[in-house]
Amino acid sequence: MSAPVVRGAAYILVHTPDMIMRYGTTCALEHEANPESEFLKKLPEYVRSYEEVVKYAPNQAYIGNILPDILNTIEKPWYKNLIQAADAEGKMGEIVSQDEFYAAIKLSDALDLVALEKDFLIEIKAKLAKKSLYTEAELAKLKEGSELSEIESKVRGGAEPLYMGSKLVGCVKAAHDKDKNLTAHIMVENLVTKASGVIALKNLIYRNNIPADSIEYVIECSEEACGDMNQRGVGNFAKAICEVAGATGATGSDTRGFCAAPAHALINAAALVKAGVYKSVAIVAGGATAKLGMNARDHVNKGVPVLEDCLGGFAVLVTENDGISPVLRTDIVGRHTVGTGSSPQAVMESLITKPLDKVGMKITDIDKYSVEMQNPEITEPAGAGNVPLANYKMIAALGAKRGDIDKTSMPSFIKEHGMPGFAPTQGHIPSGVPYVGAAREMIMSGAIERAMIVGKGSLFLGRMTNQFDGVSIIMEKNTGREESTGAVSKEEVKEMVAEAMKDFASFLLNGKQG
Amino acid sequence: MDLENQKRVLDLSEKYGKENVVVIIGTSEAESAGLTAETVTAGDPTYAGPLAGVSLGLGVYHAFELKDQIDANVYDEQCGMMEMVLDVDAIIKEVSSIRDQYSQYKD
Repeated sequence: MSAPVVRGAAYILVHTPDMIMRYGTTCALEHEANPESEFLKKLPEYVRSYEEVVKYAPNQAYIGNILPDILNTIEKPWYKNLIQAADAEGKMGEIVSQDEFYAAIKLSDALDLVALEKDFLIEIKAKLAKKSLYTEAELAKLKEGSELSEIESKVRGGAEPLYMGSKLVGCVKAAHDKDKNLTAHIMVENLVTKASGVIALKNLIYRNNIPADSIEYVIECSEEACGDMNQRGVGNFAKAICEVAGATGATGSDTRGFCAAPAHALINAAALVKAGVYKSVAIVAGGATAKLGMNARDHVNKGVPVLEDCLGGFAVLVTENDGISPVLRTDIVGRHTVGTGSSPQAVMESLITKPLDKVGMKITDIDKYSVEMQNPEITEPAGAGNVPLANYKMIAALGAKRGDIDKTSMPSFIKEHGMPGFAPTQGHIPSGVPYVGAAREMIMSGAIERAMIVGKGSLFLGRMTNQFDGVSIIMEKNTGREESTGAVSKEEVKEMVAEAMKDFASFLLNGKQG
Repeated sequence: MDLENQKRVLDLSEKYGKENVVVIIGTSEAESAGLTAETVTAGDPTYAGPLAGVSLGLGVYHAFELKDQIDANVYDEQCGMMEMVLDVDAIIKEVSSIRDQYSQYKD
């Protein structure tokens, strides 16, 4: 069996300032309850431009242009200390503008639910034609666009509008006149997830020179649910994304598990490759409109820009051992089980120390822990604290309790084995996976040997259980050694030798091979 | 304190009597521990939930304050790690201050 390796990773952000008001739950609920509120009036003043979003250091870390640790050298608040020479194109992905994204939504629209205004579309087509991510054939699928009057009429009839500032440039209509699971709003949510997932998968393919048709299976692990009134949330985002991204050789399925889903998906992908079911498995997730501006009320109150202005997406490719890429250790997997309990200590032991104990490793044998990597600049003004730092403190405390480290060295352990949070608070996006790409880079450059990817999920929010959840897996340096793939066992050798001797004996007796 | 939990606290104190209910908090920040303690004693300071304007005056403690009452092994297993991580003194100071001001059932 071949060891599964992380062959590549891609990370994308989509700046969607005009979706915050209508599709983010915080603003949408405020619109319903208190449409004239001060918060809603003040919010537009705090929305950032695309240029500011590109120059924002945590975003540069997310798309792979700087390593997360570099954030330690940039003075806070990061939204005031922008990286002036920043690029929207990253080593591992890109920051997509809203106009381009609307075109991507249209490209993901299989049933003609999306209409874009024709002049807007001409501009965007010209812009996209300059990018290598889209082929001419794909751009041709965008067709001619619609008259503004037609779009206005659809919006009056209940379609959800797509704005650039105050300008209406498109809309998304409902996919059924009575089905509550196919309303215009839900179609926006799902098409956004699909389109951002497509961009992530395309980036993975393009930036890693992977033949699109070589991917055999895709696991989609976002937070949305597609389906109709007879089968809500049945999927399959994965295959829908593969179709648009050109992964013609793939099928796939969706994995759900709140914020922990990407870590589950990573383990599942590694297992499928390890077992030899598929040679090449991608995991992919698009973003969630609901979480845009989720903490905007606190940000506006405290004079902080609305930092939740981007959708997040990512894709990771797990393949058979190439002898170079970091290996996913399927034999060292941590999991929070039903019986684990919910105390923070029990949770951390199940995810961190139990898997290490199994193979006799210490907490210090992991060079970097990737936990819930939320950008603290987003969560701290909302009173939710510095989430990654809280996780690192718990890991350090566990280490001190076990005697792996001295209590006095907890702060240095946190600095060395942790990193600042840099991921957008898009639910599933920050949980463990944002560091997979950077870990790959650091392991391959020799900066580190081993990283643990930890995903956690708050299942209780679904009201089906009070359980918490989480899983973890280790990525480590590839030794490059040939494995025992295809090798035969002792028993098989004995059988073969016995068979050969029998044949030889038969030959001696009969003068010919039997 | 979330609205569902406020309702549960209110229901339990009506069912068993306020003198027979003690609230034990496990929150990780002094500020949020104080707000929770205030909610079950003086009433919901955010005026959003069932305890808005309802001063139950319940006995309220953070789990860290009960260390001496708990089996040492159980405490170490459940709270030992968090005790090393959190600002225990600040949490206890905040909760005991609220309790001293508003709780009617302190012993």
